[in-house]
Amino acid sequence: MQYDHIIIRYGEIALKGKNRKEFTNKLHENVARKLKPFSQIKIKKTRDRMYVHLNGEDPSIIMEQCTDIFGIQSMSAAIKVPNEEDIIKEAALYALNKTENAQTFKVTVKRVNKEFPIGSQQFNQVLGGHLLANTDGYTVDVHQPDIEIHVEIRQDATFITSKKVMGAGGLPVGTAGKTLLLLSGGIDSPVAGYLTMKRGVQVEAIHFHSPPYTSERAKQKVIDLAQQLTAFGNKVKIHVVPFTKLQQTIHREIPNGYSMTVMRRMMMRISERVAEKENILSLTTGENLGQVASQTMESMNAINQVTNYPILRPLLTMDKDEIIDISKKINTYDISIRPFEDCCTVFVPTAPKTKPKRDKVAYYESLVDFSAELEETIEGIETIEVTQKSSNDELDDLL
Amino acid sequence: MIYLDNSATTKPYTEVLTSFEQVSQKFYGNPSSIHDLGIEAEKLFLKARKQAAQLLGITSNEIVFNSGGTEGNNTAIKGIALAHQNRGNHIITSQIEHPSVLEACRSLESLGFDITYLPVNKNGVVSVSDVEKAITDKTILLSIMHVNNELGTIQPIEEIGKVAKRYPKLFFHVDHVQGFGKVDLQLKDSGIDLCTISGHKIHGLKGTGLLYIKRGTKIFPLLHGGDQEMGYRSGTENLAGVVSLVKALRLTIERQQADLKRLEVRMEKLRQQLTTIDGVVINTPPQHAPHILNISVPGFKPEVIIHALGEKNIFISTKSACSSKTPDESAVLNACAIKPELSKSALRISLSYDTTEHDIAVFCQALKEVKDQLSKVMG
Repeated sequence: MQYDHIIIRYGEIALKGKNRKEFTNKLHENVARKLKPFSQIKIKKTRDRMYVHLNGEDPSIIMEQCTDIFGIQSMSAAIKVPNEEDIIKEAALYALNKTENAQTFKVTVKRVNKEFPIGSQQFNQVLGGHLLANTDGYTVDVHQPDIEIHVEIRQDATFITSKKVMGAGGLPVGTAGKTLLLLSGGIDSPVAGYLTMKRGVQVEAIHFHSPPYTSERAKQKVIDLAQQLTAFGNKVKIHVVPFTKLQQTIHREIPNGYSMTVMRRMMMRISERVAEKENILSLTTGENLGQVASQTMESMNAINQVTNYPILRPLLTMDKDEIIDISKKINTYDISIRPFEDCCTVFVPTAPKTKPKRDKVAYYESLVDFSAELEETIEGIETIEVTQKSSNDELDDLL
Repeated sequence: MIYLDNSATTKPYTEVLTSFEQVSQKFYGNPSSIHDLGIEAEKLFLKARKQAAQLLGITSNEIVFNSGGTEGNNTAIKGIALAHQNRGNHIITSQIEHPSVLEACRSLESLGFDITYLPVNKNGVVSVSDVEKAITDKTILLSIMHVNNELGTIQPIEEIGKVAKRYPKLFFHVDHVQGFGKVDLQLKDSGIDLCTISGHKIHGLKGTGLLYIKRGTKIFPLLHGGDQEMGYRSGTENLAGVVSLVKALRLTIERQQADLKRLEVRMEKLRQQLTTIDGVVINTPPQHAPHILNISVPGFKPEVIIHALGEKNIFISTKSACSSKTPDESAVLNACAIKPELSKSALRISLSYDTTEHDIAVFCQALKEVKDQLSKVMG
């Protein structure tokens, strides 16, 4: 006897009437991709849950793999047995013996298959009695048990589960369209990407690169961050924008206090163009209200003037501590704090306007013809695709 | 040639040498340089660090790459002592540690530190309750090895770790040089704060190794300079060495997963065959690591046996290579209350995953012949 299945329970998908099928298909696809290295396992999806048949794989390893997949509410290792009283008893005992650090338990029987001869209530007691008789030191606690043994008698078989492992929640990535994430290399933007992915959105990234003011390392950092985000989705495309020329022009032509605002507006213009080309319907930033000069209400107002694409700002109301906590959880923090200049920090003006005005920015911009340089910049965008398996084969061989 | 001195050092894996050569040729840039060569080197360096962390079940910035076991042990012991001397001056270790631990501790005695050298029982094992009894509110460091290098005995690190967890004021260092790849040791959540691993004992290269320093542990570095290795160990990164070390870690773990059972069987065979030779006494207690066996042939100088075996192209050693230049009895064996007569004539046989059954049979036969021959001469 052993845990031979994982039961994956859906999260909010269950609520989504018509789209349900699309959601479950997507989730199935995402789970299958994640578990591809385990060639033995088989996945079966049903209306309300998914069954992973382990075929000898370790249940805890498989669940560990799935903890990053959005759309999963919870998971349990399960023993699948025929609908026969004696075998169910044996499996329940196995499940209880397998638990650690528990002193009290409770049995919950759910009889979906009404042809099973013993009623839920009665079978509850039968199983509880069986467990007490065959173990030492356990007592029953129906209110706050350390462990709950679930016995679900379905049409074709019975599943016995005990511990529930929480999933990542959210919606399956790929069910809510695509967004273009402005990925700088700092702590905030990857977290913003993660949070949009949590709501089922597939992320593409755009990064503004200003060599030689910013180094290859800064670019590598962004690739590494994107790599980290692929843990939650499949692949992440990065559009690397050669931003040097435009940035130099801004620096030269725009009054110091407004150069930051103009730079951010240029980023928005370029992002919108990329989004348009890639059929992406929104932009996402790691902006956080009041955190720095470009993220005041006035500044956001002035920057937002240049695009009417929705800008998603999942971090808007968070505290820095909360953002850092998430970035540590998703393993982007250590990458983000690598100390390389990005394009925002190199050209930072000595005294940026914290309350820029729309009309003033527009006026300063109108004095310079950016159009040719803007087009040239967009022409020069380099697109890199980062997938879950990174492409450093040469380096892999060395290690 | 039959090489049974794998606890002194091992033959590097071919793959390890290949990586070292390739990295030396292609990635000679300094990982701290900001040009492309430096960036490539750094990329590889970060990847190596990440892989090492995954293999050890810890995080990347808990690894300090260094030159090997002696440096790891010295850094851990002196580094903790110097950084935390304001909290206390008491250090606990055992009598059977490697010289790089014992001598580091002795050097601290001269600076005013108070060291407790715990005894071991007949089985060569430190008692967990002795450890706990020795702890005072001045204790800042506990340094106990995992697998003993001369006898192959295994110390109860997991239990000591649990004790250490209850004393948040002290740090727990484990010398895992002989144990890695042979006897499992969990680092994460184990109560262990520092752990020494050496490259050349696991088919890596001499001059490579790493020290695990748990996140948040402050040490006083032995090497100051350019703040490499998060400031724990300055000096230009030895990228080729690091990559070769990480490769050796991976290959060793793979060998352990595939061949540990086989190694245990070989060791059992070795024990059995040695017991059939008259006059050979096995010093290693029954419970021990699968690759080290200590024996004595009383009445014969160990050097003579080693040289006689050497003529037959079979290589074993006396006590630990690091202390074999100091004559006579083994301090480790003495600490285990092994009779002086045995401790004076101790020999160490140490296997690798590549040791074959044939190697063992040939060695035992040769030992028997050598013994017979020598007793004729000496008798």
